[in-house]
Amino acid sequence: MSDIQELTFEVAFEELEAIIERLDSGELPLDESVNLYERGRKLATRCQALLDEAELRVQKLMDDGSLEAL
Amino acid sequence: MSQGKNQRVVMIDTYSVAELTAYVRQLFDRDERMQDVWVEGEVSNMTRAASGHLYFTLKDSRAQLKCVMWRSSAERQSYIPDYGDAILVHGAISVYEQNGVYQLYADRIRPAGVGDLYLQFEQLKARLEAEGLFDLARKRPLPEYPRIIGVVTSADAAAFQDIQNVLRRRYPMAEVILSPTLVQGVEAPAQIVKALNKLNEQTDCDVILLCRGGGSIEDLWAFNDEGVARAVAASRIPVISGVGHETDFTIADFAADLRAPTPSAAAELATPDSMELRATLDEIVRALDASATTTLRQRRQRVDDQVWSLRQVSPLAQVRNARQRIDDWTTLLNVGQRARLRLLRERLAARTAALASASPSAILERGYAIVTLSESGERLASVDEAKPGVGVTVQLHDGEFKARVEEQGNS
Repeated sequence: MSDIQELTFEVAFEELEAIIERLDSGELPLDESVNLYERGRKLATRCQALLDEAELRVQKLMDDGSLEAL
Repeated sequence: MSQGKNQRVVMIDTYSVAELTAYVRQLFDRDERMQDVWVEGEVSNMTRAASGHLYFTLKDSRAQLKCVMWRSSAERQSYIPDYGDAILVHGAISVYEQNGVYQLYADRIRPAGVGDLYLQFEQLKARLEAEGLFDLARKRPLPEYPRIIGVVTSADAAAFQDIQNVLRRRYPMAEVILSPTLVQGVEAPAQIVKALNKLNEQTDCDVILLCRGGGSIEDLWAFNDEGVARAVAASRIPVISGVGHETDFTIADFAADLRAPTPSAAAELATPDSMELRATLDEIVRALDASATTTLRQRRQRVDDQVWSLRQVSPLAQVRNARQRIDDWTTLLNVGQRARLRLLRERLAARTAALASASPSAILERGYAIVTLSESGERLASVDEAKPGVGVTVQLHDGEFKARVEEQGNS
């Protein structure tokens, strides 16, 4: 499992959905479901933070292939 | 026709209105030239019905022609004519029997002035379509959560502002990379192709929006360029087109993976709505908590059950049992003690009663008397003390009297 703070929204969100599915699927060992729960909460926090902090970044592709902020 | 003859009139053939109208209609329907005509005229009347069908009248200085275009054809029109427009209409002439009018059932309309452009458009579209450039199988899937959104449009166009506004409101997590280009004029097609290619070669975009705001058909013409269409189709990155207004269709639209009616709509189609994402996240968190709570409750119940079973066999439980037994015995003892006390109390009562019956007053009641010497008050216990003339007091149960001894008897 990778560092949650590095995850993009898409990756975090999809892992979160997968966790819900696993938890709902039934009997898991207790420590595993506790771990999944904790990871799920962290992923949800990461997703919410990404949504909250998001500010559209707009750049322009220059002739030489570099990017310039607009 | 023959069965339509009115049997009562022998001399003249007469027809019902329906029969005659049906006959006239057949005359048109069987005439190949009438089934494939181009008519030029001016639009004098235009109604777009709720059903989507178009009803209009085509006229020139000397005549009028009623026209109808069914929704299926109208939907394919990139151009919907307005009152006064000079247009070319293609279709078939037939009769609307119910009203007894002949009319043109149009399947294509183009402005009379730009007939050449339309012809080019139709030809290019047909050619690329035949080549399979617009095949559904070629369409790439769009990313659900695009990280980087490439935009091919003019930097100072209102369309670019519209796109940014939509993305800022809807999905500000995205990053936008503008690949600037002219969007009209002879230079435009080559620049659009270059801008598309640069995004493909130099960036990591997840999706490209190819956009231009509304304009005349000439303004939008760069998007009907064959090179542009091929660049769109060849793009490694999926392309959403949003060119002009709702009614404008371009070749680029057909080549794109998804056609949006406007630039703003392209930005919307490219992204999920973060408001909805927030709601979904809240739901997921609730589901997560509920799942954890349920799991923990089940486990705790199981632990509780075990603890209970364990307690039943523990030394502490045995001590508690022993203590319980002592309590029971104490109770029994107390009961015995109380019974003994009651017995004693009963015995005491009996003695008291015996004692009472032995008291002096009780003896007096039975007729005995107590005699005391009046002088000393001492009880007369012997005859020896009763000297003649001595005053005595005789006490009976209801009072006393004084007397003197007359004679001393023998003891």
